[in-house]
This record gives sequence, structure tokens and C-alpha cells, in this order.
Amino acid sequence: MKPAFWQRLDLWARNISPVGLTIVLILISVIPTHLPGYASIVPQLALMGVFHWTVFRPDLFPILAVFGIGILQDSLSGAPMGLNTLVYLTVFGVVLSQRRFFLGKTFLVEWLGFSIICLGAALQAWLLLSAYHVHVLTPAPVLFQYLMSIGFYPVLAWMMGHWQTSILK
Amino acid sequence: MAKQGHGTPTRVDAIRQYLQRFAYVGLVVAAFGLMMLGKAETVIVEEVRARINDAFAPILEAIAEPAETVRSYLDEGRKLLDLHQENLRLSEENKRLLKWQTVARKVEAENVVLRDLLNFQTGPEASYIAARVISDDGGTFSESLLIYAGKREGVNNGQAVTTGEGLVGRIAGVAYRSARVLLITDLNSRIPVMIESSRARGILAGRNEEKPILTKLPPGTIVSPGDRIVTSGHGGAFPQGIPVGRITAVNDALVEITPFVDSQRLEIVRIVDYGLDGILDRHRLRTDLPKDDIPPAPSQTQATSEPMRTVVPKPGTERRPSEP
Repeated sequence: MKPAFWQRLDLWARNISPVGLTIVLILISVIPTHLPGYASIVPQLALMGVFHWTVFRPDLFPILAVFGIGILQDSLSGAPMGLNTLVYLTVFGVVLSQRRFFLGKTFLVEWLGFSIICLGAALQAWLLLSAYHVHVLTPAPVLFQYLMSIGFYPVLAWMMGHWQTSILK
Repeated sequence: MAKQGHGTPTRVDAIRQYLQRFAYVGLVVAAFGLMMLGKAETVIVEEVRARINDAFAPILEAIAEPAETVRSYLDEGRKLLDLHQENLRLSEENKRLLKWQTVARKVEAENVVLRDLLNFQTGPEASYIAARVISDDGGTFSESLLIYAGKREGVNNGQAVTTGEGLVGRIAGVAYRSARVLLITDLNSRIPVMIESSRARGILAGRNEEKPILTKLPPGTIVSPGDRIVTSGHGGAFPQGIPVGRITAVNDALVEITPFVDSQRLEIVRIVDYGLDGILDRHRLRTDLPKDDIPPAPSQTQATSEPMRTVVPKPGTERRPSEP
């Protein structure tokens, strides 16, 4: 009776780890780093989580979790409520429909796919934000954030890949 | 259903897929609706945001402090390297400040005497709350911070947030133990300010960019790069005289301000409780304001004595009178 319980708990903990890791990424991305110049171009860490887990383990990354992650990102970062939520849901939908394209390919293909999808996400975020404020905002911050996100992706993908092969099996 | 092997889709699968698609569309619509509600400044949206922030505030606080410690060690190391130069600069500054101290003492004494003479009523005493910055998105989507102090500590909407250097922003959204600070650079930020030397009033408007602009200046105000900007205390939200920034660029279209506070390096901020509800109080906003509640026209003090003077353009860009 006892081992079965612990096994189930263990499995459960492993299975929620993709969502948990993405939440940790959100927290990391909003912590004040005090690095001059860095704060305005913090990469979209949560978006990387959403992308990676939707490609590789969509069974452990339910749509409600994507919604929740978006809401959390919005409320902690002070962005208009629903903005990142919409962006993440769009990314989730697009990636899920194009999943076969990424599976079993080299990392370069995955990276390229991420850059394309992230570009779409950045564009969508900029458009939504401009519409929200009824004011054409300078696209520079979103653009820099996009470039930072592409740059950071290999590091994070490597970490999440390791997590996937060692913890989730 | 068991007869249909593993590969072929069953009716259950079809229904599940249908439900999933339905959920997807539903959630997208929900997110869109949230944005609309947020735009309409619905209380519920702000309440939800406040609750979520509150739930995560202790975690963020717990991570923010060690991160700060590491950074301060790094800073310490860097400072050791240019200790000598820093020393020279400080002794220079000390000399200058000592001179100012003498001036300040004299002025203070004079002030006391003059106040007594005039039976001058001083404004309400301000009290301060110190709080740690726990979240800084950095301004891609909004220029705001999360601080670890809320209703529990007596923080209220509309209060001024400062550091030793100057104004940071104002409180926009309070939860029980956390609050959001809208920086002066945010697109939604409008702060009543004045030019310190000429006392000309204006509004400091954020643009979601590094440098906010000065607008609504009375016609004919002289502005030139280097002028200091302080809060004017109008609207009853902020105390008067909090340093805000310095004019760094002037041209035909806009007057750009560089804030004194570098919002990216904030660790601890100070919330000024001035004992005024301010114009930002929701309940007061709902009721009709009396007609005489509008702040006095700013041109009274300035423009009357000096008729028709134009904005001074940036050096080098002024137009010469056209040749005959």
C-alpha cells in the first residue's frame, strides 16, 4: 500500500514538472536583476517553456495550464491582463498543429521554428499592446526582447531537454 | 469500442477532440474578454491581479533578497577598483556641499523668522513607508514594479513613491501585502510638475520609453536644457517639491525629461503618505467634482508679468531671422 502511494506521488510530481518549471521561469523573468540595460530586454522565458513543452510533451501541458501561465505572467509583470495569455494561447495552438514538423528533427530546425514562432508572438504582442493603448508604441523593446529570446533559447532548450530525458523519461 | 483496435479514432476521441477545440476557442475568447475588461478598468480584473500578486509576493521577496546580496557583492568588488577616483570625487563634492550647508542654515533661520512674521501655516507632515522591489518586468509591456508592502503597511492608491534621488512613480493597485508602482515613464502616467526655477506648471507624461515628456506648459514658458523639474503638488496627490528630473532636450514638438531615478536599479523605495486622498481616489472620482476643484490656471504666476516669450530651441537649431 505504502510504496504504491509514494510511486503515484512521484509520478504525479514528475508529470506536473513541465508546468511547474514554466512557472519558475516566469518568476525568474520578473525578479529585479539590477543589471543596467538588461531589464528592458528580459527574454520571454515563459514563452520558451510553452513552446518546448507543447512540442515535446503536449500530454503534460494542458491548455488550461497555458491559460494559467499567461495570467500569471500578466499579473506579475503588470502587462494588460490577458495580453500574454492571448499570445501564449496562440503559440500553443500554432505549435500543436505544426508539431510533427519539429519532432525528430535536428536542434537547428527546432531553433529556427522557435525564432519564427517567437517573431509572430512578438508581433502579436506589439499589435495587441498598441491597440490596447490606442497608441502606436515604439517596436524597439519588443524587438530586442525577441532577439534576446532567440539567443537564450538554446541554453534553456538544453536544460529542458535534459529534464525531459532524465526526469520524465 | 474495444473492438475497434488502437489506431482508429473512436467516438470518444472525436468528442474529446471537439471538446479540446471548444476549450481552446473558449479560453482565447476569455483572454480577449479579460483585456477588454482591463481596458474598461473593471475592479474585478484589478482585484484578481492583486490576489495573484499577493499570493506570489512572499516567494518573489524570498528570491529577490539573495539576488540582491549577490549583486551587492559584485558591486563592492567593482567599487574597490576605482576607490581612489571615487575618493577624489567625494571630497570635491563634500567641499561643495559644505558651502551649500552654510547657505541652507542661513536660509532656514531666515525662513523661521519670516514664517513667524507671516503666521505661515506649514503643510501636513508626511510619513514614509519603506518597501522592497520584488518584481521588475523591465518595461516591455508596461513600466511598473511590484513592491512588498500593501494595505497591511498602510499603502494606498495614488501615493507618491520616491527614493533619495527623486520621484519613482505612484501607487496604482494595492493588495494586502504587495502593491504595484506605476513608473513616471509609463504611458498611463501623468504627474503634475513644475519647472523649479520659473515655477511654470506642466504635466509630466510617460511614453513607455526611457524619457518622459513635459506637456501642457503655459504658452510662452521658457524652457532650456538643464532645468530641474519637481512635483507641483497640484491635484492633491503628491506633496510639492519632490525632485523628478532634468530637462535634457528641447525642440519644437516636445520637451524631454531625464528622470533623476534610474528605475532599473531600484532595491528599496519609499512611499510617501502625505495624508491627502488625492484626485486618484476612486470614490471621489465617482462623485461629481465641484466646479471650483479644478486646479488654478497655471498661467497666473508666470505669463502675466512676462508677455509672449517663446520656447527656446535646442542650441544650434534656432532659426535666424530671414535675410531681406
